[in-house]
Amino acid sequence: MSSSKESKEHKEPSKQTSQPKAQISGWGNYPVIESTPFLARYINEIPQTIQNIQQQTTSISPPPSLIASGLRRSYGDSALAEHTLQTHTLNYFLSFDETLGIVHCAAGVSLAELLNVFVPKGWFLPVTPGTQFVTVGGAIASDVHGKNHHLDGCFSQHIISLTLCVASGEQVTCSLTQHRELFLATCGGMGLTGVITSATLKLIPIESAFIDETTWKTEHLSETLEQFEAHQNTTYSVAWIDCLTKGKHLGRSLLMLGEHAPQQHSKDKEQNLKIAPPSKLSVPINMPNALLNSLTVKAFNTLYYHKARQKKNQRIVHYAPYFYPLDSIQNWNRLYGKKGFTQYQFVLPKAAGLEGLTEILTQIVNSKRGSFLAVLKVFGAHNANYLSFPMEGYTLAIDFKIDPTLFAFLDKLDQIVLHYGGRIYLAKDARMSEQTFKQSYPNWETFQTVRQQYGADQCFNSLQSQRLGL
Amino acid sequence: MKRNILIIGATSAIAQATLRLYAEAQDNLYLLGRNTEQLETIASDATVRGASEVHTAVLDVNQFETHETTLQQVFETFPILDIVLIAHGTLPDQKACEHDVHLTMTELSTNGISTISLLTLLANQFKQQQKGTIAVITSVAGDRGRQSNYVYGAAKGMVSLFLQGLRNRLYPNHVHVLDIKPGFVDTPMTANFKKGALWAKPEKIATSIVKAIDKNQSKTLYTPFFWAGIMLIIRSVPDVIFKRLKL
Repeated sequence: MSSSKESKEHKEPSKQTSQPKAQISGWGNYPVIESTPFLARYINEIPQTIQNIQQQTTSISPPPSLIASGLRRSYGDSALAEHTLQTHTLNYFLSFDETLGIVHCAAGVSLAELLNVFVPKGWFLPVTPGTQFVTVGGAIASDVHGKNHHLDGCFSQHIISLTLCVASGEQVTCSLTQHRELFLATCGGMGLTGVITSATLKLIPIESAFIDETTWKTEHLSETLEQFEAHQNTTYSVAWIDCLTKGKHLGRSLLMLGEHAPQQHSKDKEQNLKIAPPSKLSVPINMPNALLNSLTVKAFNTLYYHKARQKKNQRIVHYAPYFYPLDSIQNWNRLYGKKGFTQYQFVLPKAAGLEGLTEILTQIVNSKRGSFLAVLKVFGAHNANYLSFPMEGYTLAIDFKIDPTLFAFLDKLDQIVLHYGGRIYLAKDARMSEQTFKQSYPNWETFQTVRQQYGADQCFNSLQSQRLGL
Repeated sequence: MKRNILIIGATSAIAQATLRLYAEAQDNLYLLGRNTEQLETIASDATVRGASEVHTAVLDVNQFETHETTLQQVFETFPILDIVLIAHGTLPDQKACEHDVHLTMTELSTNGISTISLLTLLANQFKQQQKGTIAVITSVAGDRGRQSNYVYGAAKGMVSLFLQGLRNRLYPNHVHVLDIKPGFVDTPMTANFKKGALWAKPEKIATSIVKAIDKNQSKTLYTPFFWAGIMLIIRSVPDVIFKRLKL
């Protein structure tokens, strides 16, 4: 607060000329670009900020590229642009209905913050991705999914309404019934319709902060898929898959199932609903490129698979290690070295099932590029959003260290994914071609029409949208 | 026990991070700031996070004549104040100040004189109630004048000296006077600076403030702690050398 009007006027010119550029990248540390960051602190300041950026760039063609950016957990280039509007400081709760579990918050609130405030009151996120360090706005823009997608769908399906600052500076509240098309374009729309400023979402009640976890050890891919099928009514399910072992053990996995545990009678109320302690471990710098090689990764995969001793293992575990195992190591992305990495996540329709997955997995195993993080999950039905990733079928996510031949290899995988009618997750993507995108996201034209209707194509663009021809 | 806490400059980043900790502890808050809409936003946030009572009022610190009536309102709502945190401030454009007397005076007023005015009124309330903590955010910049920001440094240094005296005066009255001197903090006020290893997040500063107040400390708090060492060195450099440095 507090500088008087006069002093503000004096300061602003020097501020604009000295607006420094910063090196930014997504979570994969690839690509790295130079961008001018703008900080959004209060919702009412955003229209002015958008206008300022537009004015600065009107003389330059093509249209200015501006994109909202939260906690930078999307892996590729979807939150990278010449100008970025940083929204992680927009982290206010606006209201909470204690009886219904309905929370209204500014879009920069992180899922970690939601959990820290509401778990002690007995509420949990209806859908959560594999990290709690994403903002609500980011979760909507990527329409993230979690281990319960087969039953509960994507994050946006629990959003009652959201407010979007569109290119004109107007704040538009939209939902499935109000400005429906804008809502469908914004959920999963990668920030390309405007800046999400606030959202109202419905939490789910929990009795404890713990998860009753059952881990099944499977011998090969078809058994893994069978086990998914057998446990289709379990709330949470995800498989860690060994993507380095060939032959009859191809696709051997640890299938991790989970249910919210009831109240733990051995613990008092506070202990029952305790939140995650802050992480103390961190990867301080980029690791040498040689650290992750086929030997170390093979060793990790073998050890991890055999960590589960029996066919079936059961334990009660806190939600943090269950949902966010990697959050306990800050900056784990630096393990992949300076050149960074990309996460390849695709979905194949159910019909492609075992055959398609086997074909892709064989390619990955033979390439020896596999990493220690490969995750398989069964998706439920798709939703009505124009660009949301999930469709009924199987999704596999796997990290690849960037090297000069990687993208040619991934192009080859893209062809298989397209052949089976699948697609690639935009929140992870840094390299898919325009053709691949347009072929696999059939609603892209409807999406683009809505963008044009609100003037978003002349204002909100990212490196990704430019690459994909949006 | 729920405490009654007054925060002046509540929309500043460090104040906000601090008031969230008090909200989570279910304390009663009175928030003063310049922008109504922003005050309302942080008040709702504090309520959702658990604050028992949240009151707000608009205050432009440079309108000295409003200080007394605004504080009177606060004292009526909270007859006993457990804690006051004064956190408002701006970062003056040093170069612009060098050519503009009016701007220099305004900055000294915003960052120094307004605080002295508020402290004068608050001190008497605290003296009367015979308990509580007066905490003020000043700056390491107030420890020694440097060419890069001596207007800011002069204002903050004045407040620090004032607090020394106040601490001395209120000692017999069991009132704690805490002078908080943060180093580099990553806030909107410093958004245009290149950040290095010495920079701290407002949340970290907030935690150290709450801890010092909880321990009833009545002293100068350098935060993060290593700034005590850095400033000891800065203060020790003889003037013959210091005047030649580009700091």
